[in-house]
Amino acid sequence: MKKNNALLLSTPYLLWMVAFTLIPLGVVAYYALTDPATGAFTLNNLKSLNLYWGVLWQSILYSLVSSLVCLVLGYPVAYYIAHRGRVAQKMLYMLVMLPMCMSFLLRTLAWVGLLQDTGIINNLLAALGLPRLHLIRTPGAVILGMVYNYLPYMILPLYATIVKIDPRLIQAAEDLGCNSLQVFSKVVLPLSVPGILSGTTMVFVPAVSTFYISQKLGGTDTVLIGDVIERQFKQGNNPNLGAALSLVLMILVFVCTGIMNRFGADEEGGVIA
Amino acid sequence: MSKELIRLQNLVMEFDGERILDDIDLYFNDHEFLTLLGPSGCGKSTTLRIIGGFLTPTSGKVLFDGKVINDVPPYKRQVNTVFQRYALFPHLDVYDNIAFGLKVAKLPKDEIDRRVNEMLEIVSLKGYENRRIDNLSGGQQQRVAIARALVNQPKVLLLDEPLAALDLRLRKDMQNELKRIQRSTGITFIYVTHDQEEALSMSDTVVVMDKGRIQQIGRPEDIYNEPKNAFVADFIGESNILDGTMLEDFKVRFFGRTFQCVDKGFAPNEPVDVVIRPEDIDIVPPDGGHLTGTVTSVTFKGLNYDIIVDFRGFKWLIQTTDFHAVGSVIGIRLNPEDIHIMHKSEYSGMFGDYSSYSAEYDELTEDAGDEEE
Amino acid sequence: MKRTNRILTVLIFIFLYIPMAVLIVASFNTGKDITHFDGFTLKQYARLFQDRALLKLLGNSLIISVLASFLATVFGTVASLGLHNLSPKMRSAAMTLTNIPMTNPDIVTGVSLSLLFVFVGSKLLGQRNSLTFWTLLIAHITFNLPYVILNVMPKLAQTDRSLTDAALDLGCTHTQAFFKVTIHEILPGIVSGAIMAFTMSLDDFVISYFVTGLDFITLPVEIYSYTKKPLQPKIYAMFTLLFLLIMVLMVSMNLLQLWSDRKRTTARAKK
Repeated sequence: MKKNNALLLSTPYLLWMVAFTLIPLGVVAYYALTDPATGAFTLNNLKSLNLYWGVLWQSILYSLVSSLVCLVLGYPVAYYIAHRGRVAQKMLYMLVMLPMCMSFLLRTLAWVGLLQDTGIINNLLAALGLPRLHLIRTPGAVILGMVYNYLPYMILPLYATIVKIDPRLIQAAEDLGCNSLQVFSKVVLPLSVPGILSGTTMVFVPAVSTFYISQKLGGTDTVLIGDVIERQFKQGNNPNLGAALSLVLMILVFVCTGIMNRFGADEEGGVIA
Repeated sequence: MSKELIRLQNLVMEFDGERILDDIDLYFNDHEFLTLLGPSGCGKSTTLRIIGGFLTPTSGKVLFDGKVINDVPPYKRQVNTVFQRYALFPHLDVYDNIAFGLKVAKLPKDEIDRRVNEMLEIVSLKGYENRRIDNLSGGQQQRVAIARALVNQPKVLLLDEPLAALDLRLRKDMQNELKRIQRSTGITFIYVTHDQEEALSMSDTVVVMDKGRIQQIGRPEDIYNEPKNAFVADFIGESNILDGTMLEDFKVRFFGRTFQCVDKGFAPNEPVDVVIRPEDIDIVPPDGGHLTGTVTSVTFKGLNYDIIVDFRGFKWLIQTTDFHAVGSVIGIRLNPEDIHIMHKSEYSGMFGDYSSYSAEYDELTEDAGDEEE
Repeated sequence: MKRTNRILTVLIFIFLYIPMAVLIVASFNTGKDITHFDGFTLKQYARLFQDRALLKLLGNSLIISVLASFLATVFGTVASLGLHNLSPKMRSAAMTLTNIPMTNPDIVTGVSLSLLFVFVGSKLLGQRNSLTFWTLLIAHITFNLPYVILNVMPKLAQTDRSLTDAALDLGCTHTQAFFKVTIHEILPGIVSGAIMAFTMSLDDFVISYFVTGLDFITLPVEIYSYTKKPLQPKIYAMFTLLFLLIMVLMVSMNLLQLWSDRKRTTARAKK
């Protein structure tokens, strides 16, 4: 295809993306640097961010923990699926993807029903004669919610990477004297690093910015950055502060993904399997 | 009477700062089987793609029937291509693959049917109409590719190393097939290969290329018997190439001896390259020969022995049906008709010494030698 | 080691499906409380189909998802063709741009788009209601496009380049070559991209929440507003039906692919 044709076909798309991806970010920056009342340039919005460092740190902490849990739980599952037969692999892949396609709100609400003090789990415990536990409105519940919702985002990229590992590499390692543990640690694990990075990014980003999970499952002291931003826009009516917070969140995510991308990127292929 | 169909004039192709084709001048006649022969990277496939319309030359003209067609896209040229890996459409069966070009040209249904069936007959694939492509063997896929191209009745057929993926015996059969089809349809075939045996056995005309330039054009026998420079001599068959001096017409001096030969037209005492084919050398007892040397290696090849002989530091390849042990001293006799003289060129000194068969190996052993020092 | 892996995998799958099981069971519940199963009934399903308002919301969600995913698929496929043939440097820049909506948190995408629309709408065009169906559509198309492109591009990269050359050689113009040959090769990518875009749109909550106006509300946004009182069980019925729909969709897609794979291998074995 001649170069002109290629440009002709791509330019509308590029213009669209600039218009609806880059320029909006510019608008956010504009609002962040503008006084809500007068519309004049100001750094006040950014300065008031000082109040929110705690919230930001808490968000990062929660999402790091969730990512780690997702990795620990997701890796064995991805490994297992990658070593099944072709038919089983497709079916299991579908089963992992299915929850991702179902209403995220309703599934989180189901956890409320499960974890409530008068919820399903506690009812079960009581029926077995065990003491009730206070599960909901705890940090644990929020992490559980995050792990539950984002686990498939970890499993799928991991699976995609592990399944591509050439079995002949494993045979070569065995031929050269490695036992199963060594094969795993010296061959499989290093080769699955792109999937690990990919999966971790895909869990970390939504986890750090969520607000529904913390609202439904968290207590009053679990306030995440997503909550704060949402409040500014919908209740506080202070889009400028909200914009400033969004800017910070965006920079944070950008820095984190930048660090992770240093370790490997796929140009034309996708994060999606 | 031959009619000229295609002419390439001063064709230059540059890509990424590299000159892939350097001033190519070539013409192609009707009814001929012409092969572009050369090592990878010599520009033969590029030339073919330019003729097909998939590449536009950096400068120069491509003429078809006297008209310049540089800017004519592939789908408007009366040329069809058989691709190296067949490029058959996986979502269509054999019939639809072959009929593809005819359907695009919107020919009437019965005409398409007639032509496709005729083609299936010609390539011996009758009965395979409804087969899926991935259900065919390599040779069968090859024949579908040929049928798909020929059914459009092009004036010229371009073939880009079509037999490269087939195994030896099938390749030889397909070579005969292609020759037969070319003779019976009368279509000009422009064939690209790096296999010199293939080129010699199939072609009416061979064009030897290297580094984007045409090295020699001629009939297969002429190219083989009278190569123009060391590259051609080495690329086609095996050759021992030595430094010599042309004393006068029919007299050449090398290895300290004067030999009779059958070439003339060189300047007196001109330094030349002397070519002697391994199969033309007679081995005689050491005292009865023109030169004597020591055998350094013997390899049994079935048809003959490949014997490497050291003559004063220069290694010769001799092909003979007799066994001579390593270390034995032998003599050789050369007949005047078997000594072929060429002008010196940029290729002189690069080929003809049989310390190794390939240039790559030479480099490896050179580097190893350097490291040891 | 392998057995523990299998047990762990089973446990995790159970973990993934428990909440959905709770919701499905609740759809058959006579009572409203999902923690208490009072009795089996199908009347929630009946109520669902009688609730005009709810069905309208569902309709809205479907309309926006189908429209956005369709437009994104067409737009994205055409764009992929162009991007595939760009010089590596330009392609790299374009892919970075494409990745932005995917690596940006939903909330930032939602906030930035809504600020853009409000800014353009009220400051530049002087409108009062800047957030409408059209802004919602634009937003959905924007976050759907990367999914389509990231599914189609790998397929384009895998396609044998000589197939397009062969089509041109046999008389096709570039457009004809695309529709007669290329599209068949990249079709799996187009389909999976389209389906991915559709499901992302259908379930999207965060972005829609920030970008939707009062004139066109989608289901997830509405559900979010039900914060205080317990949810009406009709909604669980709808969830269950959607679950079945999506499962049927996915299973049939899988079966279709397996069937076509098997057709090829048995045919080859026969030979």
